[in-house]
Amino acid sequence: MGLDFSVVPEYAHFLWLGVVWTSIVTVAAAVLAFFAGILFALVVLYAPRLVAYPVRLFMWLFMGTPLLLQLFLIYFGLGQIGIDVPALLAGIIGLGLHFAVYNADVVRAGIVAVDGGQNEAARSLGLSRLQSFTHVIVPQAVRNVTPPLGNNLIALLKDSALVSVLGVTELVHGAQLAISETYRPFEFYIVAAVLYYALNLILEAGLRLVERKVEATR
Amino acid sequence: MDFDLMLRVTPFFVAAAWVTVQISALSLALGLAMGAIGAALRLARSRLLRVLGTAYVSIFRGTPCLIQLFVLYFGGPQVGINLDPFAAGVIGLGLNIGAYMTESIRGALVAVERGQTEAARSLGLSRFQALREVVLPQAARLMIRPLGVNSVALIKGSALVSTISVVELTYTAQRYIGSTYKPFEMFAIAAVLYMIIVYGAARAVAWLDARYAIE
Repeated sequence: MGLDFSVVPEYAHFLWLGVVWTSIVTVAAAVLAFFAGILFALVVLYAPRLVAYPVRLFMWLFMGTPLLLQLFLIYFGLGQIGIDVPALLAGIIGLGLHFAVYNADVVRAGIVAVDGGQNEAARSLGLSRLQSFTHVIVPQAVRNVTPPLGNNLIALLKDSALVSVLGVTELVHGAQLAISETYRPFEFYIVAAVLYYALNLILEAGLRLVERKVEATR
Repeated sequence: MDFDLMLRVTPFFVAAAWVTVQISALSLALGLAMGAIGAALRLARSRLLRVLGTAYVSIFRGTPCLIQLFVLYFGGPQVGINLDPFAAGVIGLGLNIGAYMTESIRGALVAVERGQTEAARSLGLSRFQALREVVLPQAARLMIRPLGVNSVALIKGSALVSTISVVELTYTAQRYIGSTYKPFEMFAIAAVLYMIIVYGAARAVAWLDARYAIE
């Protein structure tokens, strides 16, 4: 059985559907990961221990285990405690929380990396603690965290492929639907890989633009 | 929490964790070898070799590892590559992490100051001698941390081979979640075993780094 890519156009609609849903899952999970990541970082840095410790425990747990396992936990675990979520939502929550933990680590490090003297100088000039944080620390931290957060986003796009195991019809599962009708795994997985590569290039170009904007504020 | 059930299934999880360790170790060895080859290509004098090295890194880092495994395992037979799940898992994971290793090794090599090579060359060492005696010993220490980070990521990434039916830790957890409907219990066992392996490896890397790194 040789290779025959001529069957691909006939089933292209599965792949387009996959591209659309991969994009939706990635964007939704990225938004969750961004805001939850900042929240976790602030909690770990500034909240009282009683609140910070559970978050740290959660981060430690999610950094030490594979995403795939976490997706199974969230999908089947929510079902067990009586919350029936559709696979799509479970996938977005799982991806989002997984990368929130990595983002939190980046944001925490980005804030800590701002020199302590900056805060002291701001306070001695009469700024309140909050003013010092929002006007002095944050603008510098943003420059620290933008490149690593971008790397996490690129990793998220690729890892969104994993939600296919829950049955979400994103790009991998779209290719699988085409394969189940044509029995041509090589062709469709290669085409899916090319589409991921294209999405990745678009995302990287977008991130370069953002980085240049952030760098220009220096 | 059903502790009785957890106690009964734990031996199966431990056996599966051993498979995870084996897969990780073998694909790490392949990944390091690919990383060394990839870095040599990326830094080669021949343009063709450099393009080859860049293509390798770009393709394997630009697409999901899951798709790479599927192309190899499900698509392989169409082009005459018939691998059992374990072999496909090791090769797929190894080729994927090798692309990341390539960048870490290349990064460490170019981070060694150029003057070092120039000084070695002006002292009469050949290009190869300068690389082996002067650049590599310094680069090796710079590599420990990034290669270690990749290795720890590889252990977690090895869960992906469960999708091509390698009976490792995640596969086993998934099977028992399906048959017992106790996701939290099964996750807890698998999580403890993963964290022993992952944080154990991370500690080993930190030790190596502290022992040999410059600074």
